[in-house]
Amino acid sequence: MIAETTISTLSKKMIDWESLRADFPILHQKVHGHPLIYFDNAATSQKPRVVIDALRNYYERDNANVHRGIHELSNRATAGYEAARARAAKFINTRSADEIVFTRGTTEGINLVAHAWGGKNLKPGDKILLTEMEHHSNLVPWQLLAERTGAKLVYLPVTGDEGLLDLSKLDSLLTKEVKLFAMVHISNSLGTVNPVAELCERARKLGIVTLVDAAQSAGHCPVDAGQIGCDFLAFSGHKICGPTGIGVLYGRQELLEAMPPWQGGGEMILSVDFFKTTYKHAPHRFEAGTPDISGPIGLHAAMDYLDGIGRDNIFKHDQELAGYAYEQLARLTNIRLFGPKTGRAGVVSFLLKDVHAHDVVTVADQRGVALRGGHHCTQPLMRKLGIESTARASFYFYNTKAEVDRFVEVVREIQKFFAG
Amino acid sequence: MFDDLTDLYQQVILDHSKSPRNFHKLANANRTAQGHNPLCGDHYTIYAVMDGDVIKDIGFQGAGCAISKASASILTDTLKGKTKTEVKALFDKVHDMVTTGKVNDGEIGKLAVFAGVHKFPARVKCAILPWHAVVAAVEGRQEPVTTEMEDT
Repeated sequence: MIAETTISTLSKKMIDWESLRADFPILHQKVHGHPLIYFDNAATSQKPRVVIDALRNYYERDNANVHRGIHELSNRATAGYEAARARAAKFINTRSADEIVFTRGTTEGINLVAHAWGGKNLKPGDKILLTEMEHHSNLVPWQLLAERTGAKLVYLPVTGDEGLLDLSKLDSLLTKEVKLFAMVHISNSLGTVNPVAELCERARKLGIVTLVDAAQSAGHCPVDAGQIGCDFLAFSGHKICGPTGIGVLYGRQELLEAMPPWQGGGEMILSVDFFKTTYKHAPHRFEAGTPDISGPIGLHAAMDYLDGIGRDNIFKHDQELAGYAYEQLARLTNIRLFGPKTGRAGVVSFLLKDVHAHDVVTVADQRGVALRGGHHCTQPLMRKLGIESTARASFYFYNTKAEVDRFVEVVREIQKFFAG
Repeated sequence: MFDDLTDLYQQVILDHSKSPRNFHKLANANRTAQGHNPLCGDHYTIYAVMDGDVIKDIGFQGAGCAISKASASILTDTLKGKTKTEVKALFDKVHDMVTTGKVNDGEIGKLAVFAGVHKFPARVKCAILPWHAVVAAVEGRQEPVTTEMEDT
């Protein structure tokens, strides 16, 4: 116990969170005359200089097409692209880099699984189990798949404003008709951290394939695909300090190898005849056409950067800020807070009485505070909670306690402004 | 300090959003239309009693932000007695005003309080949403209109 405390105090001391802000050029500006407070990290993160430099270096020195060229630049581009794949494998601890497919983002990764795996494996009468807190990206692809195959969707319920999964319902929902269980790791609108390892274990015992939406977790806490025990896991580069337009899909090798291609074109073939094509093995079978090359290279730099800080440290920092913000907001009157009271990730969703979320966000923006207002692409969850929208503050390691204090002060001003 | 904000949230707008006028269903409405902003979930239903081309009575129900609710409220106050052609002409003027900030038409009257919206591009759709719905109502269109069907 003593040893643990010492270690955590030490590792906390070693990170100068304030000084990390210097790595992010964008943070040092004023918005509407006020210092920018960027609290929209669940939507997208900001980019450190090392990522911006990696993109620039690639285009200034190494740019060429991958996998085909014999010339030096093509070799460098291919090496950079494949090194990023190996880095991503290490980032989420997969057994092999062949289990990493580059996508445009979490959404495309989930769509890929719905098409290639779902199209082949689902039939009428099968069920797809989701949770009520899924982002539209982990809901609409399954609705489309259900329409194509005749499968049905079933949902694990959420327990009201506190936003926890009702695990007491799990046994009755995990029936033999369920072929796939897709779940979000960290909820983007509630900040709930779901027990994905436990959920996957219970599904695995019944032979149910699992997919974890790690969009909000991959860059915020240690994510280990092996330890979670899922079959598929998807995340986006842009939410973890990387560029937009690049994402990662992990698929267990046996499943990937058994899946047909979902898009056809160059790069994914072994041999093409007028009437018949043979395909490369996974992951290349799922990467048709010239891929985003700078994206993985930028993402590589981002993953190095994050692991330099330590995602366990980042998660502690996120949780401290979110816990502090929740506590401060809970002291206000006429406020409704969403998500778990303890153990939440770096997301705080709230509603002020008689002030619409969009009005909150507009006024906060005039004070330099970037929030998000709306349904956060979780409309079914909003309806379940009986609301249209929330205002949301979401944090990352470059945010500070002083920024939270300022944000709470602005929320007080907003209440005053609309009450007056 | 709050200059742009008080331009956007003028006292008249705050007042209408807190106490919206004509905020009810009309039992004898012969035209109804729904407007929906899928980006934020704001939704309104406009109820109108039309005698030929003239709006005899108009009311609305729904939920949304201060801007959209005040816009619906002031709109219903403004449009009683107006013809279909006049409603469409006013739509164009309001649309022009909330996107450019220009108020150079006397007919705009108290709708001028929405001129400040043009400084907040993300909020133009809020102000214009009830207008899309009312144009659909007077034209007798049945399908719900959304802010994503047109430019704004």
